[in-house]
Amino acid sequence: MILVLLILVPLITGIFSFLTKGDGAKGLALISSIITMAISAFVSAGNFSAPMHFITPWIPNLGTQFSLLADGMSSMLCLLTGIVVQVVMTVSWNKPVEKAGAFYGLMLLSQAGLMGVFLANDALVFYVFWELALIPVYFLCSTWGGEKRIAATFKFFIYTFVGSLMMLAGLIYLSMQNPGANSYSWSNIMHAGSSLPASQQAWVFWLIFIAFAIKMPIFPFHTWQPDTYEQSPTPVTIILSALMVKMGMFATLRWLIPILPQGVAFWSQTIIILSIIGIVYASCLAIVQTDIKRMIAYSSIAHMGLMSAAVFANTNMGMHGVMVQMFNHGITITGLWLVVSMVENRWGTRDMTKLGGMATSAPLMAICLVIISLASIGLPLTNGFIGEFMLFNGLFQTNSYYHITFMVVAGLGIILGAVYTLNMLQKTVYGETVKMKITKDLGSNEYLGLAIIIILIVFLGVYPKPLLDLTSGIATALVP
Amino acid sequence: MKAIIAATILGIIMMFAGIMAKEKKPLATLATILLFILLGVNIWDLTNTSSLAPQSLFNNMLRIDRYALWFNTLMTGCTLLYVLLIGKEIQKVGAHVAEYFALIFFILCGVYLLSCYNNMLILFIGIEIMSIPQYILAGSDKRNLKSSEASLKYFLMGAFSTGILLMGITLLYGATGSFNIISFSFLQADHLNTLALAGILFIMIALSFKVSAAPMHMWTPDVYDGSPTAFTAYMATVVKAAAFFAFLRLFQVSFGSLSSQWTLVLAIITAATLLVGNLTAVFQQSVKRMLAYSSIAQAGFMLFAILAVNAVAWQGIIIYSVAYSIATIGIFTVLMKLKDYTYDGFNGLAKKEPLLAFVTTIFLFSLAGIPLTGGFMAKYYVLQALIQQGHLLWLVIFGLLMAAISVYYYFRVIIAMYFKEGNAELHSPVTATDKFMLVFTCLLVILIGLFPQLLLGNI
Repeated sequence: MILVLLILVPLITGIFSFLTKGDGAKGLALISSIITMAISAFVSAGNFSAPMHFITPWIPNLGTQFSLLADGMSSMLCLLTGIVVQVVMTVSWNKPVEKAGAFYGLMLLSQAGLMGVFLANDALVFYVFWELALIPVYFLCSTWGGEKRIAATFKFFIYTFVGSLMMLAGLIYLSMQNPGANSYSWSNIMHAGSSLPASQQAWVFWLIFIAFAIKMPIFPFHTWQPDTYEQSPTPVTIILSALMVKMGMFATLRWLIPILPQGVAFWSQTIIILSIIGIVYASCLAIVQTDIKRMIAYSSIAHMGLMSAAVFANTNMGMHGVMVQMFNHGITITGLWLVVSMVENRWGTRDMTKLGGMATSAPLMAICLVIISLASIGLPLTNGFIGEFMLFNGLFQTNSYYHITFMVVAGLGIILGAVYTLNMLQKTVYGETVKMKITKDLGSNEYLGLAIIIILIVFLGVYPKPLLDLTSGIATALVP
Repeated sequence: MKAIIAATILGIIMMFAGIMAKEKKPLATLATILLFILLGVNIWDLTNTSSLAPQSLFNNMLRIDRYALWFNTLMTGCTLLYVLLIGKEIQKVGAHVAEYFALIFFILCGVYLLSCYNNMLILFIGIEIMSIPQYILAGSDKRNLKSSEASLKYFLMGAFSTGILLMGITLLYGATGSFNIISFSFLQADHLNTLALAGILFIMIALSFKVSAAPMHMWTPDVYDGSPTAFTAYMATVVKAAAFFAFLRLFQVSFGSLSSQWTLVLAIITAATLLVGNLTAVFQQSVKRMLAYSSIAQAGFMLFAILAVNAVAWQGIIIYSVAYSIATIGIFTVLMKLKDYTYDGFNGLAKKEPLLAFVTTIFLFSLAGIPLTGGFMAKYYVLQALIQQGHLLWLVIFGLLMAAISVYYYFRVIIAMYFKEGNAELHSPVTATDKFMLVFTCLLVILIGLFPQLLLGNI
């Protein structure tokens, strides 16, 4: 029942938020996000004893039940969602928003959708939430975004919608393999999929994977991403990049790898190559960006590329690393976006060439930015290190003739990552002070939000054991 | 089968009421009451036929099964919803309000015949009973040249397709010596003569015309665009659904065992319908015309059910008919409130009438097939039916790509309402009753999306 609350709390408060006037929505959203975070923390903590289930009949003659399951990976991502949304609400507390009721309402609805995706243990429930998470984000971007928002988000919507429909066909096909009272349950889909002959798995793989590939996004399905990130308002960009791309990764781990093992084996080489091309390509593009937001968008493609390469490397270490890194990347990139939005609010620009000297004008913010950026590069003692280390280790152990080539080329991405991140730091934090007028440093709510992020970054960098323990069972179940 | 008789009698009562009453409003109220009665009669029929075994009536001319009765009830419900939502607009079309409503009753009589015919002649008569009132309704805005053109075009093309249908029936009679559709099911693929094959092809073409499948769709945009909007809403929904039900009945019950002979032809028709409907809809500037093309595109999906030839197909066509009808009637209701039928006419509607914009969004979601709306479940069932059939997976993928295109033109309306500046001018003020009815319709759409099994009753 407590799992249903994870979905219901943001859903109901989200609907109520539409009816509020003035500042009510803001308070409601903050309270709701804190409650949701607390529940997700409780679910994660409880996970060490036994995973929680929730099942109730939904549409029996379709073979689908409303079935939720919070195992280690699910509860970790729910926790991530809880934390990120809460931090976003905290930081945007004193930022006035037009039509606040609708804004916060849609944010909460998208949170409900995300929770549903991470918890669903029934393919049709999963599909429904997969779509429901998208719709509020579409409206958020189109209403509160930048100048070219309508075209950018429309492209994003159609891209992801095509993917979802293909996935729907794939899921129907799988459920049809062994029809019955709960043919959509995860275990049933898994049996149906893994008992298909290899040749069929190979094409069903693409039906399902295309949706995830678009969401992650991996090269060459990424073209919607930089525009959408750039045009969205920052709170929405955070939802998109910290949480929604994790949907793709999570879905691959839950609804693809165990379900079509032979299909995955057949295509894994291809996907790894695509991912690695994506890493290098996105890193190169990130270097030449002057807009910080676009730069982070490309860096996100590179990071997700590394994760997807490690997933398809099909090693225990790699899988485990991906799960840990999903959480870490979510935390780190949230921090980056938050600082970017603070910079934009204060100086009115995101152009690196026009920024400089933050270290003297806003020292606290500069320190935060440096720590978060270092975590993004994957410096030891930050949370980024442990995940990246495991990813590379996993990629290296992969059973492929080219594993060293993969390693080397993907490693190039890390070096390039250092190049663009440090370049950004140099231009904004240091550089000439004259360009930046002295304004207010961090406000108390901003301080609080960033403090949560930085504490997590350092804590998980020094002591990643809780995160590793939470997910090790799932990784072992995928690849012993 | 009291509903057939009831529809006729109620239609006649409606016609004579036109002589008694001079006011328009009481006539509309009377029509609503009579429709409630008709719905009651349908439910009576349904509860009386408790046994699942089909029963034959009128010397085996009709064969009643639960699918048919259930379909009749749902379609009567949709008609009632239509009259409740659009009744006010029907009164504005012209002077002969009683006749318009009477014609709707006669159309319903045709719908009932089509859902349970067991004889090709009843199929023919049903199609005629259903079509002729439509020709009149299409031309009911007498002073409007476009309306007269629509009526004439519809009539000529309709007559043409009826000719083809008759030829097909004749050829089948020649091949089998019977008009009874059950006896056709003895046609087997291994000793099939050209006569029967040609007959099936002719009937397929004629029915494709009625459901506006490409390349027999040419009349649809002009007729839908030219007819008074109040009647377009009906033609595009209940009438079309009934034609589909008749199509499904014939091709599943009679020609199901021959499916290897006609599947490919129909699959190509389906693909063409999806392609033409969706691609052309993208380029429309008028929302009314876009809805006409979208109805062609939706017909493509409904054809999936006919191709599938399995039990899911029945459920698919029923859910699709209802979900599509409700959403389309809803959109037409909103459309009729606006002065300007182009996309620009919707600009800024969300600021002016937030509720209207919201319900329109839900209806459009339903047409696009977004989860938790009826349209999603409808698409789901027909997809499931076709995937279960197993040999036409290319068509499934193609259809899904086309569904993604459909998002483009449905969302253009949403973009216009929410994200564009403008002052959507209203034709008439939105009353509290309108709002109530629209919200009710919107809730129906969501309810079907959440619990589609409610629509399938106990069939």
